[in-house]
Amino acid sequence: MVEMEKQVVAPLDENKPRRTPNFKWSNILRGDNRALWTILALVIILIVDRMVSPSFFTVRMVNGRLTGSLINTLDGAAPIILLSIGMTLVIATKGVDLSVGAVMAICGAVAAVLINRHEAGSDNILYYPGFVIAIAILAGAACGLWNGILVALFDIQPIIATLILMVAGRGIAQMITDGQSPTFSNETLAFMGQGTIFGMPFPVYVALIALVGVFLLVRRTALGLLIESVGINSKASRYTGVNAASIKLFVYIISGICAAIAGLIVAGENTYADPHTAGMWSELDAIVAVVIGGTLLSGGRFNLVLSVVGTLIIQSLRIGLYISDLHPNANLVVKAIVILLVLLLQSKEFKQAIGRLFKPLLKLRAVFR
Amino acid sequence: MSTNEQPALLEVRGLTKTFTATPALSDVDFTLYPGEVHAVLGENGAGKSTLIKLITGVYKRDAGTIHLNGKTIEPRNPRHAQELGISAVYQEINLIPTLSVAENLFVGRQPRFLGMVSMQLTNNKARKLLKTFNIDIDVTRDLSAYSIAIQQIVAIVRGVDLSAKILILDEPTSSLDRHEVETLFSVIRSLKERGIGILLITHFLDQVYEISDRITVLRNGRKVGEHLTKELPRKKLISEMLGREFTETLGKRSSQTTADNSKHETFLDVKGFAKRGMIESFDLEIKKGEIVGLAGLLGSGRTELGQLVFGINRSEQGEAFVEGKKVRLNSPRKAIHHGFGLCPEDRKVEGLIADLTVRENIILALQAKMGWYRHIPYRRQEQFANEMIAALHIATPDAEKPVGQLSGGNQQKVILARWLVSNPEFLILDEPTRGIDIGAHAEIINIIKRLAKEGKAMMVISSELAEIVDYSDRVVVLRDRKKLTELTGDEISEDAIMHAIAEK
Amino acid sequence: MKSRFFPLLVTFLVFIAIYAYCYSHFSSFGSMRVVCNLLRDNAHLGIAAIGMTFVIISGGIDLSVGSVIAFTGVFCALMITREGMDPRLAFAIVLGMGTIFGAVMGVFIYYLKIPAFIVTLSGMFLARGMAYVLTTESIRITDPLYIRVSKLVYIFPDKGRFTFAAGAFLAVLVLGIYIAHFTRFGRNVYAMGGNETAALMMGVPVGRTTIMVYTLSSFLATFAGIVLSLSKRSGDSTITVGAEMDIIAAVVIGGTLLTGGVGYVIGTFIGVLLPGVIRTYLTLDGSLSPWWIKIVIGVLLFGFIAMQKLLSTRPRLFSFRRQVRPTNVSTA
Repeated sequence: MVEMEKQVVAPLDENKPRRTPNFKWSNILRGDNRALWTILALVIILIVDRMVSPSFFTVRMVNGRLTGSLINTLDGAAPIILLSIGMTLVIATKGVDLSVGAVMAICGAVAAVLINRHEAGSDNILYYPGFVIAIAILAGAACGLWNGILVALFDIQPIIATLILMVAGRGIAQMITDGQSPTFSNETLAFMGQGTIFGMPFPVYVALIALVGVFLLVRRTALGLLIESVGINSKASRYTGVNAASIKLFVYIISGICAAIAGLIVAGENTYADPHTAGMWSELDAIVAVVIGGTLLSGGRFNLVLSVVGTLIIQSLRIGLYISDLHPNANLVVKAIVILLVLLLQSKEFKQAIGRLFKPLLKLRAVFR
Repeated sequence: MSTNEQPALLEVRGLTKTFTATPALSDVDFTLYPGEVHAVLGENGAGKSTLIKLITGVYKRDAGTIHLNGKTIEPRNPRHAQELGISAVYQEINLIPTLSVAENLFVGRQPRFLGMVSMQLTNNKARKLLKTFNIDIDVTRDLSAYSIAIQQIVAIVRGVDLSAKILILDEPTSSLDRHEVETLFSVIRSLKERGIGILLITHFLDQVYEISDRITVLRNGRKVGEHLTKELPRKKLISEMLGREFTETLGKRSSQTTADNSKHETFLDVKGFAKRGMIESFDLEIKKGEIVGLAGLLGSGRTELGQLVFGINRSEQGEAFVEGKKVRLNSPRKAIHHGFGLCPEDRKVEGLIADLTVRENIILALQAKMGWYRHIPYRRQEQFANEMIAALHIATPDAEKPVGQLSGGNQQKVILARWLVSNPEFLILDEPTRGIDIGAHAEIINIIKRLAKEGKAMMVISSELAEIVDYSDRVVVLRDRKKLTELTGDEISEDAIMHAIAEK
Repeated sequence: MKSRFFPLLVTFLVFIAIYAYCYSHFSSFGSMRVVCNLLRDNAHLGIAAIGMTFVIISGGIDLSVGSVIAFTGVFCALMITREGMDPRLAFAIVLGMGTIFGAVMGVFIYYLKIPAFIVTLSGMFLARGMAYVLTTESIRITDPLYIRVSKLVYIFPDKGRFTFAAGAFLAVLVLGIYIAHFTRFGRNVYAMGGNETAALMMGVPVGRTTIMVYTLSSFLATFAGIVLSLSKRSGDSTITVGAEMDIIAAVVIGGTLLTGGVGYVIGTFIGVLLPGVIRTYLTLDGSLSPWWIKIVIGVLLFGFIAMQKLLSTRPRLFSFRRQVRPTNVSTA
């Protein structure tokens, strides 16, 4: 840190009053207003859920496992939360990762096939549950690396680059399972999806750890800043010495790892790996969560916490619709409407159009003043 | 040719346009006669592009009138201007590279046969049209398959065919070779014969003297002169463009390091760097504590030289030595690693990360240099930012304001601060004082001098001759993408620089 | 040779090579039966893909088509079977709905400047969701019109059945080529995809064209849904999930540049048939596993994207250009 200590300019006048914005909470919920609106939206949806189902907030302990709609919301949201964490970083660099659903399927398949060799009595240490999980996560990282190479080194549009793995990935997953949906009975793997600690479902812990871990990783190091600077102005970043290619590689690898863990959770929940349906639509849910969380598809400022809030919005909507008598299948319609509303609120053009509509009213007010 | 024999085609009177307090163009008159080529010259920020944008309706003017054939016109947008008879062809060609030449000529007005767009008819008409300009090319091929010159000519033909009376050419020759320039000029001459008025913007003085009939010089948004080309000596033109003020600056050289300059050790030694289409082979040596000024008109290759040294573009030949050791300067990262820094000319596109705060912009270069893992603690970042805000007098309420919301001068200071914090050995400043108010201007020049005194090697690119003469220990003069000469010590004066530029 | 034909040429060659390989293993690839089945089985994908071709040439993307196909099927089935509506009326209504749906998406994309990706993504959720809301069961349609349409078959001597769906596919193909090359709208789509700002300056009505492109895509997707409904004689809200990605892949394999401006409807036709050929091969072979098709499509996709990348960065390698590079600017 030698270069930091060198004083280049005259030292600051100590008497000058200085604002001291330390490590602020507002940095966690950056984008102030937007954070407020997003959290407010979640609160409103939760309140509506409560009105629909009076027992929504009721949490009970049944057989050492917490139950209740709220717990179900968190539990069900965990895989998408994981995806949305990786997706947030990818989108912040002006990218997108369409392959995460397929990667979930691949990693679930890898884990199920390997663990079944262990169950079948193989002594190979690589088939021990801990190693199986590690290998599955490595597989996810490899998928992310592939995407990252296409985007960062070959400079292929992210949508297209990740479309390749999205299409081929399910084929690969089927190849791994030989076209089957292998079931397994290994408890460690099942614990990934079904286990509880202090009554709380294990996936919730995983999601929380991932959130905190990635948050610290990007905000306690300079990664977050570098990711944002690449997303906002990659040319200027290059001129400033930021290594944009490795930043992009990094975010796709993180996204792949997150997808792998999500795939393990889903496989553990089902105790089988379905290469056809595991993670289906998940990539789109994750993208929507990130967009609702206020990270723009055009890259730049991102906020992991708000992306998670976005996921919770989607999930509490789903659960709410599920427990209401409204219509069990209206979930997608409601989701579409919510996305549209959010998009409209974020659209500058829409606000201007509304502004023009209300202009006569403002003039009227001016007259009366 | 006499000015009063025929009525003017285009008459612009008292044109004024102001952006956020600073006038980009004030009270400019401009007259264009049929069949003449009228060159508009000036350095960056002179108001050339503002002038054509007002004439073509890209901007709305604040004051002034535009008459076409004696009638007042109010162009609303470029398309409307085109309908009125004013077509513009820009350096970055506004055609569609993926369509054929013929289609490009007729996009939006494709000839139809029995209600169907007929490619055959389009091709035939295109061939016929191009033939009138003596151009014989395969019109069915993609536009992108042709050289820039042909693309430019296609754009011109399209514009003229849309009943243009006035053609605006913005830097049409900047990426053409000599032969292509000839082709383009022959087209321009045939347009003159048709009585079309041509407004030409270019930074190649030789070409101005070759093709133009009349010259208008703009500087800082004002018209400083209008002359018939043949009556205007080169040197007078350059002095008008650069707008030197003799009384103020003569003998005002403050460079005091000249005497003991030889004692300093060399920081950077570049031998034979060159890149085709950007700059011809040059040698350059820069010593620690020395300020080297790069002088030359816009487009002379001064920016390109800086970018080549900084590794933004890779040199195709030659070698570079930093403190005696051979290095490869093939990316900005490499250059930064060797202790370089660059404040780019285009701050918005190449310098600022607009949505990041002042603090983040200031520490970014240092952070990138230190790597992602060694995070600069938040308090330290603040300290850096606040120190810089105070030292450079950056006008911002606090360090947490997005840098995109600051004024131009303050943005420039933020970029400068970014490099000061990272403590480079060698700084390249490309037009550090452009678009900056007078107070900030003096401060930035003081900073440049102080940095040199601290032993840093400096390379400053500027079109302000007075400024360069003031602080440079050595001045490198460029013209037409070529290093012409170096002036040292007492040789340095505005006169000498202009002489070098104007010399044939 | 014109450089924009190059991707198309590669598509043709790859198709011919694969088809020849298949024919060398199974001579039935030479029969009209296989050809007719290929056309029939891929008709709905192909019709929607032709619409998608226009969207991608214009520089956009449409993720909603798969859902629109499913919604159309469910809507028709419900109206005809449950409400006893005349099928022709149901078709007219659903086509109208599809048209409006596409136009609204276009308005969102052009006027509100929301990325096409996310607009059509919510369109996808909306259409699929509406289908689910209507019903999640599979409804059979026994309307006489459907029976009549199913009997509209031309039978080749070798028992190849050229069905209505195959005919509709070819008709839309011809229509697509006509729109792309012989209408101003079509040429404007190409111009817009090549360079939107330039197109605007050159007098192309960019706003109207954008809206029309998405309208056309949704219209054709709806029509694809009707064709599928006619040949399946049922409506099911869970069909064609993820079809949009297959369709986009087909368009890319067909030689359309995802950056816009370059592409051919006939290429898309081949891009749609290619996976069909591989699928037929796998079925005939029997020993090969079905997942290979996805992997092969992925590999093809990668190959074509890599080729496009090379084309755009090193044009001189592929298109024998007469490029004059500025060599010495300062000889004056």
